[in-house]
Amino acid sequence: MTETYTGPILEIDNLSISFFTRLREIPAVMDFSATIMPGDSLGLVGESGCGKSTVALGVMQDLGVNGRIVGGSIRFKGEELTTMSPDRLRALRGREIAMIYQEPMASLNPAMTVGAQLIEVPMIHEGISKGDAYARALETVADVKLPDPKRILKAYPHQLSGGQQQRIVIAMALMSKPSLLILDEPTTALDVTVEAAVVQLVRDLGRKYGTSMLFISHNLGLVLDTCDRINVMYSGEAVERGSIADVFDDMQHPYTQALFRAIPLPGASKTTRPLKAIPGNFPLPDARPKGCNFGPRCDYFEAGRCDAGPIPMQRITGDDRHLTRCIKFNAIDWNAPVTKAIETAPTAPGKVILRMEDLKKYYDTRGNTAFGGVSQVVKANESLTFDAREAETLAIVGESGCGKSTFAKVLMGLETATSGNITLDEKSISDVPIENRTTQTVADIQMVFQNPFDTLNPSMTVGRQIIRALEVFRIGKSDGERRRRMLDLLDLVKLPRTFADRMPRQLSGGQKQRVGIARAFAGDARIVVADEPVSALDVSVQAAVADLLMDIQARQNTTLLFISHDLSIVRYLADRVLVMYLGHVVELGTTEQVFSPPYHPYTEALLSAVPIADTRVTKRRIVLKGEIPSAMNPPPGCPFQTRCPRKHQVAGDLCERELPPMRTLSDGLQIKCHLPDEEFAAMEPVIQMAGNSVA
Amino acid sequence: MVRLILRSIMGLFLTALCLTFLVFWLTNLAPNLEKLAKTQGNARMTDAAVESWLANRGYDQALPVKYGEWLGVVPGYVIDGSDGTTRARCVEAGAPVNNPPRFCGVLQGDWGYSTVLRDDVLTIIGTRLGLTAKLMACVMAIMIPGALIMGVLAGMREGSRLDRSLSTVSIITTATPEYVSGVVLIAVFATGTFGMNWFKGTATSAMEDANFQNFFLPVMTIALYGMGYIARMTRASMTEVMTAQYIRTARLKGVSFSNIVLKHALRNALIAPFTVIMLQFPWLLNGVVIVETLFNYKGFGWTLVQAASNNDIELLLGVSIVSVIVVLVTQLLSDIGYAVLNPRIRLS
Repeated sequence: MTETYTGPILEIDNLSISFFTRLREIPAVMDFSATIMPGDSLGLVGESGCGKSTVALGVMQDLGVNGRIVGGSIRFKGEELTTMSPDRLRALRGREIAMIYQEPMASLNPAMTVGAQLIEVPMIHEGISKGDAYARALETVADVKLPDPKRILKAYPHQLSGGQQQRIVIAMALMSKPSLLILDEPTTALDVTVEAAVVQLVRDLGRKYGTSMLFISHNLGLVLDTCDRINVMYSGEAVERGSIADVFDDMQHPYTQALFRAIPLPGASKTTRPLKAIPGNFPLPDARPKGCNFGPRCDYFEAGRCDAGPIPMQRITGDDRHLTRCIKFNAIDWNAPVTKAIETAPTAPGKVILRMEDLKKYYDTRGNTAFGGVSQVVKANESLTFDAREAETLAIVGESGCGKSTFAKVLMGLETATSGNITLDEKSISDVPIENRTTQTVADIQMVFQNPFDTLNPSMTVGRQIIRALEVFRIGKSDGERRRRMLDLLDLVKLPRTFADRMPRQLSGGQKQRVGIARAFAGDARIVVADEPVSALDVSVQAAVADLLMDIQARQNTTLLFISHDLSIVRYLADRVLVMYLGHVVELGTTEQVFSPPYHPYTEALLSAVPIADTRVTKRRIVLKGEIPSAMNPPPGCPFQTRCPRKHQVAGDLCERELPPMRTLSDGLQIKCHLPDEEFAAMEPVIQMAGNSVA
Repeated sequence: MVRLILRSIMGLFLTALCLTFLVFWLTNLAPNLEKLAKTQGNARMTDAAVESWLANRGYDQALPVKYGEWLGVVPGYVIDGSDGTTRARCVEAGAPVNNPPRFCGVLQGDWGYSTVLRDDVLTIIGTRLGLTAKLMACVMAIMIPGALIMGVLAGMREGSRLDRSLSTVSIITTATPEYVSGVVLIAVFATGTFGMNWFKGTATSAMEDANFQNFFLPVMTIALYGMGYIARMTRASMTEVMTAQYIRTARLKGVSFSNIVLKHALRNALIAPFTVIMLQFPWLLNGVVIVETLFNYKGFGWTLVQAASNNDIELLLGVSIVSVIVVLVTQLLSDIGYAVLNPRIRLS
């Protein structure tokens, strides 16, 4: 541990890690190599279960009782970690190598103050006094841009918001100024605008302290924003590694290529340039194919060659730091245009079938009023007014707490509206709770839920669950008829008919979500509310599920209300977009209008916050300050005024006093903002794509 | 915090009121009263005589009135009896009735008179409770630290040999009720059968002068039973905490294992068993009844058995009130203690 060390910070050579169960050995990481130079940041990208977190824990030497390193070496500043004594290891952890975790709430001790958890680090490693450590903690908390450090240090983790907690975890990692920082999906649990702020913070701090970083993520866009080099993993192996430019623009592995074709980049569209989902499923760790792991799903697969034996990493000629695990990389024409999937004609929206008028939903959260608790009103939805047409996709976009899920509940009848009106086919349904709705109305409005793992009954077969929905909707005269209809539905969602007799636990996430979709469409639903239907799924299956939804919608002329926080997927599949903030609709227009100027300042910030995995894209960076205010205590005037970067462009304190009216700009774009017209006219696109603007 | 305590105390009073009313109603059921009349008066009384005996002593009043009188919120009765004697609730039997105090109930400190032990109920309960408190204090002093140490040691490394042996011990002790373990302990350690005649099989002398020899067996009998249970709870909670992500955070910060257990895990691991420990107090009253009878230690449990088997209504009521209060106060302490340990409750 010399201060003058100049070699690589971390060298991983042919690392293999296995987990041992009573039955057998399950390899989690195989033949993994990587090097991180001082000040460098390496991105580790892959889908869940590909072994990227295992690599991180391997570096930390914290694999638990069942995990073991079975081959290769990990050297930190030239020192071998795999054979290191526990005492030496403890001295390194926290001092030289620090880690930032996925779920900040779970990684902070709930029974200790934030301060106590922070000052512990230098006290253990540098033996400094409590007072000095406290002074260091104050400094670091200020470094991670948290307001009022003294108060924060006295707080317990549950008193902070998710974004603040993650900043504390970052501060904790930086307390002893480590040489290597491992970030394991540090922003996955956070909202997009908060994520953007945290990512910027990490990048700035990395630069300030010269820390090297190992950044683990499933999000290619984030890696592009933060890293210099990238290592793509698939099923326990690194399949391609190189600099960001190498991998993003000159990819040499079919999996990398497939991954990029499966994510909605600007320019993709459901009608003209559809996404290309990766066929098949991720292999389970105990059922990997022989030879290339990606073989069975690969377009360039060649029997007898790709499945002959283990495939080593190959150096790409002319670039000695760009490697791929594909024996055919020289034979593949990487610049060949995407074979066009069938282009579908855009469906013309029909008549209005659902109309919201001034819909409001307030919740009364009483403490214990019997003993003098204070009753508070949560304004979850404020005057929602819009309509949805037949066969159109209306996306509802917003961050957590903006009221989008409350709106879905009111529409479904799980809650009744406080005031305002919802009309379905000229019939008011806003005051009718679901138990009083007719079977037809219930069958007409159905929902696809975010988490396919929780919404299927674990003790009922898939077929039985779909038949149950048919029974509830009173479809089919006999059991035989319903069974036939169930099999048709499985065909509709492109699941094999044999799945009817399977239990939900035998299905993968994407397959479960297909069952959820089949159930929603069982009664020929006319309106389907899809609440973040793909956000719990892996990138490679997201595209397939989204396309399936689009496909069924086009065939059945369904109205799809697509609730999401992910603007990339919204841009890809929505016809119209509604942006919500703190219970208010702040912008409503066609997808093209919403994604191009003029923007509502919140939409502008959201667009800037979404990471885009395309090196040609340049973005205007708008980082919002502060946190989303609580709906229990919304700010006066405009709901966005506390974080609005354009507030100074409005004369006087108008934003703080008055709720802006819904203004209709050109071509029916509606924006709820006080900004003067000339400011709107002067707005520039947030996203520029190598010369020509896309959004 | 203050509001939390006030709320708990209010709840405590309401519950105490309901529970004592229930006990009062049960002890004042007609067959009980008839039995009382026959034991106090004459075993061969006619039904009519029983009735007038009860009427003369105010037992035939409506239940809420009787309860109110007993509680001390309704004026005590003054009855010119059918036998020519005037009786008042607030005047001792046989004394002349002139200007009796209006109220005499639990609230005024008049808990009645034990017909069997021939003493004021309050005095009896005071002494007996003192004796039981001595027993319980010893039990707690052994049981709680023992159980927590066992649980934490077992839980900090799940599946280790230490964990398995300690878990086996705690299952055995929990599975053995006091009336079994007490008898076994007496047979083994208080007789010459196994050559280990170390302790005394009776704790009567411990009422005056408790020492290791006469007090150890009753204390252990109660403590062992509760110890296994609390140790199991602590172990479960500890193993869960040890797999929590914040423990991994601490480990990867470089905190040593002993500090992880002591500084990071212990407090979180004690939150769940704390409530269980507090719930053990009322459970221990059960054990006290058995053990005090078994070892002939004339404490609170023994008094309860005496009162119940002799239909000593006022003593029984007194014992019930104290039991109810003990249960509710431990609940209150448990709520407060939980809030102190768990900042999420305290600061919300």
